Order: sequence, then C-alpha cells, then structure tokens
Amino acid sequence: MVVAVLVAMGVHGLVTEKGFGWPVVGQYFASTQVLNGLLVTIELTVIAMAIGVVGGIILAVMRMSPNPLVGGVSWLYIWFFRGTPLLVQLLFWFNLAALFPRLGLGVPFGPQFVSGSANSFITAFVAAILGLGLNEAAYMAEIVRAGFLSVDEGQTEAAHALGMSRMQTMRRVVLPQAMRVIIPPTGNETISMLKNTSLVSVLAVSDLLYAVQLIYSRNYQTVPLLIVASLWYLIMTTVLTIGQYYVERHYSRGSARRLPPTFLGRLRENLVTIRRPLPAVPRGEWR
Amino acid sequence: MSAKAGPMVLAENVHKRYGNLEVLRGISLEVAAGEVMCVIGPSGSGKSTFLRCVNHLEPINAGRLHVDGTLVGYHERGGRLHELPEKEVNRRRAEIGMVFQRFNLFQHRTALENVMEGPVIVRRQPRAEAAERARQLLDRVGLADKADAYPSQLSGGQQQRVAIARALAMRPKLMLFDEPTSALDPELVGEVLDVMRGLAAEGMTMIVVTHEIGFAREVADSLVFMDQGVIVESGPPREVIASPQHERTRAFLSSVL
Repeated sequence: MVVAVLVAMGVHGLVTEKGFGWPVVGQYFASTQVLNGLLVTIELTVIAMAIGVVGGIILAVMRMSPNPLVGGVSWLYIWFFRGTPLLVQLLFWFNLAALFPRLGLGVPFGPQFVSGSANSFITAFVAAILGLGLNEAAYMAEIVRAGFLSVDEGQTEAAHALGMSRMQTMRRVVLPQAMRVIIPPTGNETISMLKNTSLVSVLAVSDLLYAVQLIYSRNYQTVPLLIVASLWYLIMTTVLTIGQYYVERHYSRGSARRLPPTFLGRLRENLVTIRRPLPAVPRGEWR
Repeated sequence: MSAKAGPMVLAENVHKRYGNLEVLRGISLEVAAGEVMCVIGPSGSGKSTFLRCVNHLEPINAGRLHVDGTLVGYHERGGRLHELPEKEVNRRRAEIGMVFQRFNLFQHRTALENVMEGPVIVRRQPRAEAAERARQLLDRVGLADKADAYPSQLSGGQQQRVAIARALAMRPKLMLFDEPTSALDPELVGEVLDVMRGLAAEGMTMIVVTHEIGFAREVADSLVFMDQGVIVESGPPREVIASPQHERTRAFLSSVL
C-alpha cells in the first residue's frame, strides 16, 4: 500500500512537473539528429561486441592451451585490459597518434608495404571500436572459458572415442553445450556495452548521448534531452533482454526436460495466475 | 570381419604410470576375434585404465598394444614407439566402439542425432543414410520410439542402450564396455545386459569391465581378475569363479557374490 502511494506520487510528479518538459521530449524523440545518434550507438555496440566475442573465444582457447607461452600471452592481455579503466583505454586509442605518428604494415624492422599517418587511420570512430572491442574481449575470454569448463569431460571423451578430431569435438560437442553457460553473461555484457558506448561521446563520436548533448548545448533543454536519450537506451535494453530470453531458450534444448514457455506465453500465464492464483493441474507432461 | 589371422587384441607387457603411481604393471593378454572377455577386480585395480589404453584415450608408457594386428596410437621405428599424428589415431579409434559407465551421451542432441553423429561427422556419410541406419540400431536396442527424445528425458538404462547404438553405428570391429551397468538402478541393469548378450551372440568381439559376475559366467568366453595393476588370474569364467586359485581372487569373489 505504501509502495503504491509512493509510486503514484512519483508518476504524478513525473507527469506534472514542468522541468521534465515532456513536450520537448516529444519534439526531439524521433528527430533526425537523435535517430542518427541512435544508429551510431547500435553500430558501435554490434561491431564492438563482435570483436569482443571473437577475441574472447580466441583468448579462451589460448588460455587453455597446454603451451605456457600461449597461455601466458592470453593471461597478460586479460590482466592489462581488465585492470585499466575503459575510459582511459578509449582516450589512449584516440591519442595513439601522439605515440606512433605513423602506422604501417610490413616486415618487422624491414620494409613496409602500407603505411600512413596514424591520425588518418585511427579516426574517432575507429578508436571507439578498438577501445570498446579490445576491452570487451578480455571480459568475454573469462566467460567463454567458464563455459568450456562447465562441459563434462565425459562429453569430450565420448567424442574422441567416436574418432572425432579435437576441432570437431570443440565445434560439435563442447561449444554448443558451453553456450548455455556463455549466453546469459554475454547478454549482460551486450547490455553493458550498449550503455558503455555513451563513453565515446568524450571522443566526439556522434553517438546517441553526443547527439543530445549537441542539441541541449544549443537550446539549454538539458533534462528533457537526457530523458530522450534515457528512453532510447531503455527501449534498446528491453529489446535485448527479450532477445536474450529466446536465445537462452534455444540453447537449453536437451538440458531442461521441457522447453520453458515463450516470453509472450509466460506473460499470458502470469496474467492468468494473477486472477486465478492456484493453477489446478501441472502443464503438459514431457515425452 | 578381419581377414588377418591372429588375435583381435594383443597386449604385451603394458605399463601405465600417472607420475609416480604405477597403474598398470605389465599387462599381457589376448582376445580372439569373436571372443567376449570380462575383466573384474576391485576399484583402483587398473581395469578401466587398461580399457582406455586399448583405444588410446590414455597413452601407455611401455609395452605394446595391438588391435587387429596394428599398434594402437603408435608406430614403431627402431624399436621405439612414436605417437601417431592425431588424424591417424582418430582413424584407428573410430574402428573401436566404447561404452562408458556414465553413458556420456551428447546432451544437446536427440537419441537419433547421437547415433548419427559419428557416421556423419567422422565418416562423412550422407545424413539420410545415417539416419536410416540409426533408426535400425535404435530399433535393435528396443528404443525405436525414443528417437526424438533428449538424453535427459531417458532413464539410465535407455541412455546406455542409446550409447551402445551410437558405438555400433561406426561398425566397430571391437567393443569396449567400461562398467556399463554400474551407474544404473538395479531394475535397469537387465535391459542393458540383454542388449550386450545379443551382441555377443552375433559374434562381436568384446572386452567388458564389469561387476556383474552372473553376466560374466553366462556370456564371457574368458575371465580376467586384476588387482593392483597386474593380472592375478585368468581362464574360463566358470572355472575361475568356482575354484579360484589365488587368495586375492577368492577374497574378491566372496565379497561380490
């Protein structure tokens, strides 16, 4: 009851308080500038997560290698990228030109095939991608490794006994079963990434946050525009949460005795249970 | 199945160590084609380890292990053993079926997919062909109606029968059973032993590590008793069980019978 009153007060305040400027929120919510920023945010999230996942798998496999040098390189990478703040890493990539004015591709200490000024190669967008992606790889590596370790050794043995190679065993037997453990924290990472992309506004990359900052620096409607950004972040994380639910459901095949209901199905069920608290019979038997 | 004369399995003075712990201390035995050998012994006697050496899940430290006339996992050059490349090890392993104590079915695949996996991935058989044969094998172990069930939806006995079908799908010339009924509820043991009895009757060469003395007496052609990494006693099962020659065999048998 107390909670209900507090919530009612909160909603009332949100709607009536002039400072929130809801008309301004409505005006800018779907403006071109905001939508372009949104697109950049999504782009950054997708590319950086892709780098993070691929890098994470490579680092995890390296980390579990019997070769101590290979394992050590992976350990060192994770130690460095997890141990320094993401914001510092982003600034570092952005200012790489100060350290190495020219970048090139070629034989070490020998001739170079391609080279150019670092500033033309590392644009703000590239710096953002590198910073976010390489940092993410360190976190993903530990998640992937936990997934590999969660698969029973008997599975690997059974695959080897059938004559499957190490790569076939990894691809057909270990990775699909590790996914069940890897997916939920990866969903969390994706949601964190979506929000962490807002850090790139310090590099003047025109993401969602930077787009609204540009607008309110001109019209001084700071709070309404921050609400616009927050609403979009909320919408995107909600979409991701629902997506994660379905991916998890897909990979729970075989481990759960029956598939959990779909998201809508569960919603429907909950609405029914509110009205009729005690379900009379358990749902259909598995076969 | 094999045109070569000579035993299907020939072990000569096989040694296996984990660090300082000697698990196998000179195992020598022969299994003829079509023979069923049961291996019994207390836990820690090395019987499971020996079985895992036969298909090179464990490398051996000394001695020779031949299956169907070829060394397992190694080739010999100048009197020394050299480990074969992974590809060759896998090729030889594919001809040896193995059934585990804890079934080890692929949890994310249905019974049918479990049986198809080896032929499709290792032998590159067309899916339709592999599926048809997988259905025949499931029918043979009495699980035709469970083809689309996941392992978690099957009882232990059913899982173990699927595991046997999965091993048979590779058309092995030798089947290894590592305590196949030890993880089962007592009332489910019979259905698995029935399938194994059927296999033995069809002439499959089998090495069975087991605690089922009744099965050994009835089905096996030879019985081996192992303790502390050596073979203490071996011979026709009825003789070994009825009149063991060694004190250790006698003590073990009286504790399990």
